[in-house]
Amino acid sequence: MSFSNLDTLYRQVIMDHYKHPRNRGVLDNSDLIVEMNNPSCGDRIMLHLHVADGEIKDVKFEGEGCSISMASASMMTQAVKGKKVSDALSISSYFSKMMIGEEVDVGNLDLADIQALQGVSKFPARIRCATLAWEALEKGVNHNDKS
Amino acid sequence: MDVRSVREQFPILHQQVNGHDLVYLDSTATSQKPLPVLEAVDEYYRKHNSNVHRGVHTLGTRATDLYEGAREKVRAHINAKSTAEIIFTRGTTASLNLVAQSYARQNLKEGDEIVITPMEHHSNIIPWQQAAKFTGATLTYLPLQEDGTISLEDVKQTITTNTKIVAITHVSNVLGTINPIKEIAKIAHEHGAVIVVDGAQAAPHSQIDVQDLDCDFYAFSGHKMCAPTGIGVLYGKQELLENMEPIEFGGEMIDFVYSHDATWKDLPWKFEGGTPIIAGAIGLGAAIDFLNEIGMEQIEAYENKLISYALERLSEIEGLTIYGPKERAALITFNLDSIHPHDVSTVLDSQGIAIRAGHHCAQPLMKWLDVVATARASFYLYNTKEEVDRLVDGLIKTKEYFRHVI
Repeated sequence: MSFSNLDTLYRQVIMDHYKHPRNRGVLDNSDLIVEMNNPSCGDRIMLHLHVADGEIKDVKFEGEGCSISMASASMMTQAVKGKKVSDALSISSYFSKMMIGEEVDVGNLDLADIQALQGVSKFPARIRCATLAWEALEKGVNHNDKS
Repeated sequence: MDVRSVREQFPILHQQVNGHDLVYLDSTATSQKPLPVLEAVDEYYRKHNSNVHRGVHTLGTRATDLYEGAREKVRAHINAKSTAEIIFTRGTTASLNLVAQSYARQNLKEGDEIVITPMEHHSNIIPWQQAAKFTGATLTYLPLQEDGTISLEDVKQTITTNTKIVAITHVSNVLGTINPIKEIAKIAHEHGAVIVVDGAQAAPHSQIDVQDLDCDFYAFSGHKMCAPTGIGVLYGKQELLENMEPIEFGGEMIDFVYSHDATWKDLPWKFEGGTPIIAGAIGLGAAIDFLNEIGMEQIEAYENKLISYALERLSEIEGLTIYGPKERAALITFNLDSIHPHDVSTVLDSQGIAIRAGHHCAQPLMKWLDVVATARASFYLYNTKEEVDRLVDGLIKTKEYFRHVI
């Protein structure tokens, strides 16, 4: 049996992030902790952010979930760490559009590995898995903006 | 029971999904619908559609006869004493909410106890949490045995004279545990409590006799027993229902309406405000006829054989953890090594196999099992041994696919 269709979802780089998550853990100096879950399946993420001078100085995550949700969280932290909040939000918006199969130009922004998640758009049942960490990011920085 | 001819009645099963013959193993979430049900609903809309209990025209009479005829079929099917005891609802959730919002709020006070179990579906937890908050009553959980069963000794210890309501599932949608309702009802009654049974996973698979069980309320859904979505049943003992206030007010449920007050219709209509789920009820009646033509005992016996075979085959898979007791209904909840159930489900889906992955609307039970989520394969009268084999092959391939990450 061929799993070629599945391979567009489970790219090697995704499985690598799943197996070896980047920025996993807690931040001692986090000024923001966001917890998000997907009530339909139980996936959960706790995002720790250290934001100063309009920049995401540091970010870590903890959580439980499937390969897509955990890999996406790992890739997200990698992509936004050290970035300006406005750039992080641009990447997040790019990511949302990628999930519905839209092509977007992001200029010179470094997207790290997140484009590997493009295949998720072909698996509608899994899109929520991939977007969980990004929703947590947006909730966190938007909240930070208000305070 | 001849499964081949049963399958012929389910057109949806004869299709390819992702290039493979569909294997539908998610009937615990919702069952598929046989031709007689599809035809009954279709015929109702084509020939008889009209509102019920009003108007004196011919279609109105036909629709009313069909709707009330379905109620009689439900009554006979679960051996209720009277159709006054059969209330049509949107489903099990609505039925349980009706008891919690009407009976519980009217009868509970501070110091009273509601006893439930950790194996309940959210729909048999949250209505009681809310009723407890509203009335000041306490919500108490029965403990579970290590294998996911309930011991009658614990039931006797937990239920006290303060217990006013015992709410329990007949069959667990995760563990497959079949609870001894009759015995628990007896203990509840000895302490002056009523017993509310969530029958969503029991009614589709076995003969329910509410008088023999001596339960006070029994709730179930049509869509899990071959009927359309949006129709369910609340059975209640007449003397209890008589004293309960409706929770939905409006058309259909009233007797006289004055400027500042109104009176209610008799049972069961006082609980059916608004235009009822006419087509759904007719579909449920057709589903009951369909199941009875095959025979609930035959269905149960067939499923028992199938689940024994499935348990035996799945146990062969190394790294597969099965949750729940040996003696069980026709479902298997499991985890495969450290592969997340979502990933298991996606790989199986790519092979045309539909299972459920997640927390199955039972978060407290997931906590008890100490897992975040699980996968679940569930079976019904149309599933076959060959489909069990397809599941086993699919799981072995899933393991192979994820071998680098587990």
